[in-house]
Amino acid sequence: MATDTKKYWKTNLKYLTILLSIWFVVSFGCGILFVDELNNIKLGGFKLGFWFAQQGAIYVFVILIFVYIKLMNALDEKYNLND
Amino acid sequence: MTLQLWTWILVGITFALYIGIAIWSRASSTKEFYVAGGGISPLANGLATAADWMSAASFISMAGLISFNGYDGSVYLMGWTGGYVLLALLLAPYLRKFGKFTVPDFIGDRYYSNVARTVAVICALIVSFTYVAGQMRGVGLVFSRFLEVDINTGVIIGMIIVLFYAVLGGMKGITYTQVAQYCVLIFAFMVPAIFISIQMTGNPIPQLGFGSTDTNGIYLLDKLDGLHRELGFHEYTSGSKSTIDVFFITAALMVGTAGLPHVIVRFFTVKKVSDARKSAGWALLFIAILYTTAPAIALFSRTNLIETVSNKEYKTLPQWFSNWEKTGLIQFDDKNGDGKVQYVADASKNELKVDKDIMVLANPEIANLPNWVIALVAAGGLAAALSTAAGLLLVISSSVSHDLIKKMINPNISEKGELIAARLSAVVAVVVAGYFGIHPPDFVAATVALAFGLAAASFFPAIILGIFNKRMNKEGAIAGMVVGILLMLFYMTKFKFGWFGGGSKDNWWFGISPEGFGTVAMLVNFTISIIISKFTPAPPEEVQDLVENIRIPSGVGSASTH
Repeated sequence: MATDTKKYWKTNLKYLTILLSIWFVVSFGCGILFVDELNNIKLGGFKLGFWFAQQGAIYVFVILIFVYIKLMNALDEKYNLND
Repeated sequence: MTLQLWTWILVGITFALYIGIAIWSRASSTKEFYVAGGGISPLANGLATAADWMSAASFISMAGLISFNGYDGSVYLMGWTGGYVLLALLLAPYLRKFGKFTVPDFIGDRYYSNVARTVAVICALIVSFTYVAGQMRGVGLVFSRFLEVDINTGVIIGMIIVLFYAVLGGMKGITYTQVAQYCVLIFAFMVPAIFISIQMTGNPIPQLGFGSTDTNGIYLLDKLDGLHRELGFHEYTSGSKSTIDVFFITAALMVGTAGLPHVIVRFFTVKKVSDARKSAGWALLFIAILYTTAPAIALFSRTNLIETVSNKEYKTLPQWFSNWEKTGLIQFDDKNGDGKVQYVADASKNELKVDKDIMVLANPEIANLPNWVIALVAAGGLAAALSTAAGLLLVISSSVSHDLIKKMINPNISEKGELIAARLSAVVAVVVAGYFGIHPPDFVAATVALAFGLAAASFFPAIILGIFNKRMNKEGAIAGMVVGILLMLFYMTKFKFGWFGGGSKDNWWFGISPEGFGTVAMLVNFTISIIISKFTPAPPEEVQDLVENIRIPSGVGSASTH
């Protein structure tokens, strides 16, 4: 593999790690593992943990994909690998 | 106008629309039949994916499930949306770059083995058939409840419509029909939700009404928690399932979503790798509109139901109660003979049984909305069921005509012959699906969860390792898939059907339910694949080149057979 494509792949893996960590934290973390602790905090009429499980996690998922699209388009551009 | 007339008009118009689109966009080559010619725009593909994905279960049953399970229902919300993050980040762009027609195509080529291809075809067929039977049943149910025709007649009408546009249009036809179906179903879902949100909270946005106060200034969620405590139910905002089970079920649904062949194949229909990423983003956005509204509907309808019936005189209950009683979906049994409805958690004292599907279907009636809104819900439910059924049927027909006939039985088949084979297998698939819709086997309900577990236990690890682990070879992948599926089947049949000695909740391994076991089977698949690949020869040079090639977006060709 040429050095450029190697660097491209490495950066891609870095993005994946960061974004999937956020994915894990908002759903499995805030929505499941720490739901009871977060439920002590109120967000308007919502208990925060409950809100993450039924609303917040989904909003974050959508944002994550669009952030990934932006990051990767820029990365494709940088290494001149766009299709 | 009467409700029935409204329903026939709206259902008639939408069906005419779907057929019109199918005639306009019929497929003339195998490439158009399998992947719509590979020229769908990301936005259109996002809409089509959303309709493809959201089935009768999402539209009709999910809000009801959440309504009865409260916090525990979150597994469906997070599980069925979180999978799209995995799809967009880990699968879609690379599979699009690979540029073939089907999931077994990828497995077969990446693992340079027809054994791997066959295993993948079998998994694809099992997953799709279990799923499609439920959709045809959903079509029949909507017909029978709203148009007062026999369920079986409803299934047959649905079969004819799907047959028409899936067989004629192939992927190209169903893509554009699905775009129309998304618009119908989301409109049908949102209109009653907005009406009810305004009625109950004064806020027209259901997602905000969800966290708002009622006319007395009490937060709805607090009020419902209070009602639940009073009646002995577990608190709405906290669950009754164990944390580990919620964790594993959510993971199994996420990974299963990312491994479902009818979802994956949608990403083969766009032009470029970047378009595959974009369409996953659009798809999740369109899905999220429904999925963030559903829990709000769940809260509204649960509160409405309890306030309307709990401790009320049976005789003074509104008209909708007896309407739905006739269908058997609401059952009242005055155990203590006081003429009032006691709706409580204690089974020996509870007098009311409510089917979960009612929450969406009867919601407009409960909230006293006009007839056209109720009719709209029927049209929306049909759109959701038909769009998913068509997507699944296409996977079945391409598995048979492309993966089995073209790739294994008769590689010399002509383009025209393959297209005929594809259409014929679609016809057979519709007939089989219709048969299961009319004579639903008992295991249908149980096997929808199995479909996710199977996809999680088989496809997902094989595809991920195929992309991210260059050293993964056919020995590892095949062993992983076979062990993963068998383990999943074993656990499901043991605890769902009582095979292999059966067992109750107390016997579950690590306290994980069969619905969540797909996650365990997936982990086992990953582990076995990696260990076995370490002790067996590396894949050939050209396969390793293939892996490097799919990792970069440039040089993408259109989807092709070779």
